Amino acid sequence: MAVAETKRAIYEGTRIPSPIPSVLQVDPGLREEGDILEVNFGPNHPSTHGVLRLIVELNGEKVVGLQAVVGYLHTGFEKNMEAKTYWKAITYPERIDYVSFQNNELVFVLAIEKLLGIEPPPKAQWMRMLLCELNRIHSHLVWLGTAALELGAISMFWYCFRERDAILDLFELVGGVRMHTRYFQAGGLAEDIPQGFYDECRAFADTMEKRVDDYEALLSGQAIWLERTKGVGLLSAEDAIALGQSGPVLRASGVDWDLRKVQPYLVYDQVDFEVPVYPNGDVYDRYKVHMDEMRQSTRIVQQALHGMPEGPWIVDDRKIVLPPRHELHTSMESLIHHFKLVTEGYRVPEGEVYVTVESPRGELGCYLVSDGGPKPWRVKFRAPSFVALEATATCMSDALVADLIAIVGSLDTVMGEVDR
Amino acid sequence: MREPWWIDVIKAAVIVNIVMLSFAYATWLERKVLGRMQLRYGPNRAGPYGLLQPIADLVKLIRKESFSPTHAIDLLYFAAPVVAAFTALAAFSVIPFGGVWEIGGYEVSGRVADVSIGILLIFALGAIGIYAFLVGGWASDSKYSLLGSMRTAAQLVSYEVSLALSVLGVVIMAGSLSLVDIVERQQETLWYAAPQIVGLLVFFVAGVAETNRPPFDLPEAETELVAGYQTEYSGMRYGLFAMAEYVNMITLSGLAVTLFFGGWSGPVLPGPLWFVVKLALVVFVFMWLRATLPRLRYDQLMQVGWKVLLPVATLNAVVTAIVVVYA
Repeated sequence: MAVAETKRAIYEGTRIPSPIPSVLQVDPGLREEGDILEVNFGPNHPSTHGVLRLIVELNGEKVVGLQAVVGYLHTGFEKNMEAKTYWKAITYPERIDYVSFQNNELVFVLAIEKLLGIEPPPKAQWMRMLLCELNRIHSHLVWLGTAALELGAISMFWYCFRERDAILDLFELVGGVRMHTRYFQAGGLAEDIPQGFYDECRAFADTMEKRVDDYEALLSGQAIWLERTKGVGLLSAEDAIALGQSGPVLRASGVDWDLRKVQPYLVYDQVDFEVPVYPNGDVYDRYKVHMDEMRQSTRIVQQALHGMPEGPWIVDDRKIVLPPRHELHTSMESLIHHFKLVTEGYRVPEGEVYVTVESPRGELGCYLVSDGGPKPWRVKFRAPSFVALEATATCMSDALVADLIAIVGSLDTVMGEVDR
Repeated sequence: MREPWWIDVIKAAVIVNIVMLSFAYATWLERKVLGRMQLRYGPNRAGPYGLLQPIADLVKLIRKESFSPTHAIDLLYFAAPVVAAFTALAAFSVIPFGGVWEIGGYEVSGRVADVSIGILLIFALGAIGIYAFLVGGWASDSKYSLLGSMRTAAQLVSYEVSLALSVLGVVIMAGSLSLVDIVERQQETLWYAAPQIVGLLVFFVAGVAETNRPPFDLPEAETELVAGYQTEYSGMRYGLFAMAEYVNMITLSGLAVTLFFGGWSGPVLPGPLWFVVKLALVVFVFMWLRATLPRLRYDQLMQVGWKVLLPVATLNAVVTAIVVVYA
């Protein structure tokens, strides 16, 4: 079962199905022959992550037409945030992409901080980076488990969820909640890092290194897995850029672009890590990028544990941050601050900002407009999942039904983020 | 004294129930094995070690509404699962599980039917069983079912060729199509797993494909076609399809044990027990594969069948024939 290397070669130039890049249109000649079977995949279908609906046109087993229908999970988060004070609105971005919640939380908090013009203390910066990298591992584990499950390697799902559970335990240790922690807030962290966290986290990072190798041995060592992923769902660098791709999808097409390197935020410029880039633009390379990123994230976690500075975890600004609890009994001023913050929230200067971070799925942006009041005037997220979904049709040339599942899986879309 | 007809009837009734019981516990075993391999416990609520789980499942399936689509073609839609279950159960009748015992002056043999062309009968019944999957999927008037049926037909037809050719080596060595003769020849010489290792491998791979088990479970690939040809079946009609698949797997494992691992023969323990132990081991391998391997794609499946298994099986049969004739 030698992998057809000739088929694997990535194409040059563009293959975007025109005129609408996100729709694969059936060749009219083929349609006249009358052999086209239109099948509806989803919104309830075992292979879709969440509620993606694909209208697929099949010629035998071959996919000749494809349209994605989104919107089944639209929740109006962005609009709802306009009705909440900033410090309550922080809970919303986490629920937009419920798999990479810390990163979504971070981008909104960074946007508020940029408008406020405050810089959180170093300890908060390092801790944010550590948690975001743990969250990246978490997100990639969920991706690996479900993507392998879709290709029939069912056991991977449980192996990945074992480590995912360990990460969620760490989040629970830090923030008291397993998902949607709301641990970041404007000015720093919600609470100090609890005792015992470093030891637990170090133990996890040590096992994680070995576990990634195990997973890769289990999948990359299998001829069937290679056959199913190599040369499937090709996307050239040119097309990936034209379609606005980012994150693992872009890096698997051979473009070296990672916001953590090219536009460092937090303290990513103080840690040593590599950006995995693979040249073939197929499902296999997307899988490799995910695996390598888990390794690199583990490295960052270890360095963050090593380099974590001492000091305050939040800025000392009573207009933005709640005063320490014990001061409320003795200081009238603290009590007033506390009352004002809880009832009205802090006011953010008028202005608009766009902040981006590298989420596990790619470039996650937050566009925030403030009218000077305590509530955001408008919030808009640039969702990498939504952009990745647009590449489905382009990846789909010469694909069979089974490839469709592999390709949609490899693009790593979270429907909550697509529909928002 | 030869067996009178009523002994055959009793044996048939006993065996068919044992096979159905082993189907029930094969589902339990599969869930336990998969559970353990996947860091879970598997069923452990109904009875000790979840041993009553198959019975709970049966009660659930029987009590469920047997839904049928409005546009289904009634007769074919209802007949398909029955045919599937019938052919699967009937095929087990020729597999020998023991020698000949003397009971009350009668010679009772360890098989339901002693047919001189046992192998051919199993394959013939299997071929009829394909119609059930094909017709059932087509008659339920659903696109997923239709796609599943198409895949089933293509897959089973191509792998049946390799399956039949892979046992040709054993047949040539034993000089008989009767499964009893084949086991007795192995008792005289050695288990055919050793000289026919190539045949065994081809037989096993083709057998996994023939029973729609992972990694060849394309006809019912859950993440692609929801449930393939059985998408529109529910209640006990679905249960009959599931039974057909498990019984096919058990029959095929029984055939593997008979052809390559000496059937019921073995030291100390009585024959039927040996047969069950070997059978359980083969069934375990089926489950192991499911926990480990991803699913093949349709075109790759065809390639493996026609370009790898078929030439290898043919070559194996030819080489065996030459060796048997000239050595």
